Amino acid sequence: MSHSHLLHTSFIPTAPPSLRRRLGGSAPTPRPHQIQSKIREIFMPALSSTMTEGKIVSWIKSEGDKLAKGESVVVVESDKADMDVESFYDGYLAAIFVDEGLSAAVGSTIALLAESEDEIALAQSQKTSSSGAVSAPPANNNDAPKVLDEMPSPVATAATPAVQASVGILGSSAHPASEGGKRVVASPYAKKLAKELGVDLRGVVGSGPNGRVVAKDVEAAVAAVKVSSGGATVVASEPAKPSGVELGSVVPFTTMQSAVSRNMLESLAVPTFRVGYTITTDALDALYKKNMKSVEQDIILQLLYPMSLDREMLFAPFFKLRLFNQSYYLQNSFQIKSKGVTMTALLAKATALALVKHPAVNSSCRDGKSFTYNSHINVAVAVAIDGGLITPVLQDADKIDIYSLSRKWKELVDKARAKQLQPNEYTTGTFTLSNLGMFGVDRFDAILPPGTGAIMAVGASQPTVVGTKDGRIGMKTQMQVNVTADHRVIYGADLAAFLQTLAKIIEDPKDLTL
Amino acid sequence: MQTSFSPLSTPHLPRSILRSNSNLRSCAIRKEALGFHWLAELRNRESRRIRIVSRKPRTRNQAVISASASASASGVDNGSGAPTSFDYDLVIIGAGVGGHGAALHAVENGLKTAIVEGDVMGGTCVNRGCVPSKALLAVSGRMRELRDEHHMKALGLQVAAAGYDRQAVADHANNLASKIRGNLTNSLKALGVDILTGFGTIVGPQKVKYGKVGFSDNVITAKDIIIATGSVPFVPKGIEVDGKTVITSDHALKLEFVPDWIAIVGSGYIGLEFSDVYTALGSEVTFIEALDQLMPGFDPEIGKLAQRVLINPRKIDFHTGVFATKITPAKDGKPVIIELTDAKTKEPKDTLEVDAALIATGRAPFTKGLGLENINVETQRGFVPVDERMRVIDADGNLVPHLYCIGDANGKLMLAHAASAQGISVVEQLTGKDHVLNHLSIPAACFTHPEISMVGLTEPQAKEKAKREGFEISIAKTSFKANTKALAENEGEGLAKLIYRPDNGEILGVHIFGMHAADLIHEASNAIALGTRVQDIKFAVHAHPTLSEVLDELYKSAKVNSNASRPDSKPVAV
Repeated sequence: MSHSHLLHTSFIPTAPPSLRRRLGGSAPTPRPHQIQSKIREIFMPALSSTMTEGKIVSWIKSEGDKLAKGESVVVVESDKADMDVESFYDGYLAAIFVDEGLSAAVGSTIALLAESEDEIALAQSQKTSSSGAVSAPPANNNDAPKVLDEMPSPVATAATPAVQASVGILGSSAHPASEGGKRVVASPYAKKLAKELGVDLRGVVGSGPNGRVVAKDVEAAVAAVKVSSGGATVVASEPAKPSGVELGSVVPFTTMQSAVSRNMLESLAVPTFRVGYTITTDALDALYKKNMKSVEQDIILQLLYPMSLDREMLFAPFFKLRLFNQSYYLQNSFQIKSKGVTMTALLAKATALALVKHPAVNSSCRDGKSFTYNSHINVAVAVAIDGGLITPVLQDADKIDIYSLSRKWKELVDKARAKQLQPNEYTTGTFTLSNLGMFGVDRFDAILPPGTGAIMAVGASQPTVVGTKDGRIGMKTQMQVNVTADHRVIYGADLAAFLQTLAKIIEDPKDLTL
Repeated sequence: MQTSFSPLSTPHLPRSILRSNSNLRSCAIRKEALGFHWLAELRNRESRRIRIVSRKPRTRNQAVISASASASASGVDNGSGAPTSFDYDLVIIGAGVGGHGAALHAVENGLKTAIVEGDVMGGTCVNRGCVPSKALLAVSGRMRELRDEHHMKALGLQVAAAGYDRQAVADHANNLASKIRGNLTNSLKALGVDILTGFGTIVGPQKVKYGKVGFSDNVITAKDIIIATGSVPFVPKGIEVDGKTVITSDHALKLEFVPDWIAIVGSGYIGLEFSDVYTALGSEVTFIEALDQLMPGFDPEIGKLAQRVLINPRKIDFHTGVFATKITPAKDGKPVIIELTDAKTKEPKDTLEVDAALIATGRAPFTKGLGLENINVETQRGFVPVDERMRVIDADGNLVPHLYCIGDANGKLMLAHAASAQGISVVEQLTGKDHVLNHLSIPAACFTHPEISMVGLTEPQAKEKAKREGFEISIAKTSFKANTKALAENEGEGLAKLIYRPDNGEILGVHIFGMHAADLIHEASNAIALGTRVQDIKFAVHAHPTLSEVLDELYKSAKVNSNASRPDSKPVAV
């Protein structure tokens, strides 16, 4: 178990501690808090004589906020009422141990208070080390760690060089409405929503009066990313929760689903067309196996939960079925140490290398009047998450080596599960991949996410009987891909050429591991 | 949305504050600062309670007979100096809620009474305040409920998307105002109160001139005169009100449009109630508050909870500690532009671009043209100075005989029902019964969803009083979450708070935030008015299950020292 912890701390050094805590939920042994004199614990107070545990309704302050003595820090729900809990000291709220919605026993530590700003980091490190001690209520199940274990993406990780952190404003997907102006004009609800959804308003184009950012713009910004493979999503999520749906009921859209709906409609305004291609994957398959083999000795069998489909629905590795004949669940339960690649990364890498040669396919049409040739190749990959879909972005997939890319992918998926993706990690895609291969889907078509030029739907790689040039019949492993593109900027010939290049790369994949 | 308040959103317009601090825009209802003003008065005088009188409707004839019998004389005296015989026993200038209350009580006491009104009958409350705002809030409350899927689902209800027709909502408010105005007018007529149309001006002692501007004036004499001219929305300098995109409550109540984004300047009662209406109808709201926190007039704990329920989860954001120093109405395709200035540093802070701005910075007395200069009275920032018996004080600090001022015009406590209570108090004095109104027993309410209500002191005020006078205070609290009826309604959000003296059980203040708080407060305000102690009222029985049990529990959870005196009431067997 500890490897995951290790893995994350070592390879996402910049990840916020909160993330680390989540991921480290499986930390080996709960260590007692080592509280220094200047870091104080905030305990769950007893708000009534009958109270044994309290639920955190909301944190009024966030980590890093300054607190004055007597100021309310957190709202706690006891058996009788919601009460503000006030700080008895001045200082900084350094680390939150019990998240909103979770419960803690009276007297247990729910947060740490640092006396000075410098001590925040110290307090947070304590939090990381002690996070195992936090007991989550059964109701909420704090499934973060579990999710980690179930992460279906075949992840290869290595203690090798840290990922080159290529964050920042990438491509031209970020579309600052107010580049000229210093401020963003956004309505109160838009601001609230942006905060909730973690959207940077500076990157959102306002559609309200005078270019004001309104709520639907924020929703659209989120959905633009999450939607990517529209039609595919529906197919994918339907079987996921066969029992969670009450038959005969009408369930209104959630905010995100409304945004998806709106975006789907919006996509109707884009003149798209589709081009399909069949690619032989024997070589790629072999490459993947080879890389897998090299690490198989190190594979640690993780907790083999019989996982439900919805946890499993990751649009990531599409060779799983073939590789592990019995069950692709099994494969997902392995955590791969050291050097290794994921199929998603391989595919993203191949796509990125093909895009290098065909910049038109990496372009988009923003205003109906011009091509926007993106300076970066950011491959977004659709991932189904609970009740929705998100597209983590492998930024600069053409430049980053396959091993780093694999690790990056793993990191992004973890973050996606923990709902901690930063906007630039899911809004900056310039080209989208959507893969339903692991469900045995052999072909489908995807809906173009607004703001991008093309999306590629990837089907399952299957042994196929083919006629060869020498007039014989042979078996080859083939997969079908189907690209949906905006015909205002991407033409049939562009796609055809791109697909040919892609097929070449996949059929002769030696460059992928360079 | 003056709720039950007459215009001013503030329970008590802090004159002292106004003088020292030009920051009127904040709607700065500093009860803290004011409470003691009343207290000072109260300490020296035993406050008599308002006698509760039943207003028996009489026939017009009876009223006229009794009125003329009591009038000292008849016949108009147009000469200068105080007349010796009078047309009326009492002339009231202004037919708002205050004037109406005074008139009814005067007739009850056999005084021949006239009421002068230059605008519509009913004044602010009925036409541009509490009454139409309640109509809008009734709509907003239902909209909010119908749109709260979670709430509906919890009750097992399925409702298709709720919508509204703006004009129909506006009509509802307007119709309600007309109806109440009609009722009020009829009640005066039925009692034989003469309604004199035109603006009233005091031309000399006991002499009032009235008439439409530009028409011949009539002069009447009265033994006593009550000024009850009320107030108008206060608009700070730099703000240009165009009545369309930059509006006051007067315009907002007509609900001529529902902007997508409206800035509300001032987070007092008026602002808060309008935010409730606008957000329920789909607007987004930005509060602009000059003080450092929202809802400055409320008990801090109540304010905190209210913010958590009424502000945070709604489509509302806010700027505190800033003045809206300049507001330009929308024109030529440009939005309403609001310039914000830091309240402390006076530095420009931010600029907002919104669809509309509502100025809810409080209310200013409407006392211009009253002819106060004719009797040597100087207003203070427009307010007519009065003593604790509402007797007008002249520029030299002397009482002006036979002249009283009630309601918003004196600024003591700018609430409709306070004006009415003051009017009744004055009439009591006119009929030879000394009377001083206990302002601390006057409840106030804000009709948001859920409602906020209060009576007496806030916790900080009580603490200060306790420190000054050397006694202890205790606090008792109960939650709506523990109330059966509230839970049945799925409205468990709320808190009632009692501030009392543990040594003798005196109730100093009660604050309620929760469902029907405005209706619940009266048990507490009556207890304060009647001097009932906690240890006595805790034995009063409340029907189960009702929201009133929130207060029942509140009294029962209070811990009064055992040696506090019990009342000498004797049990009566029935």
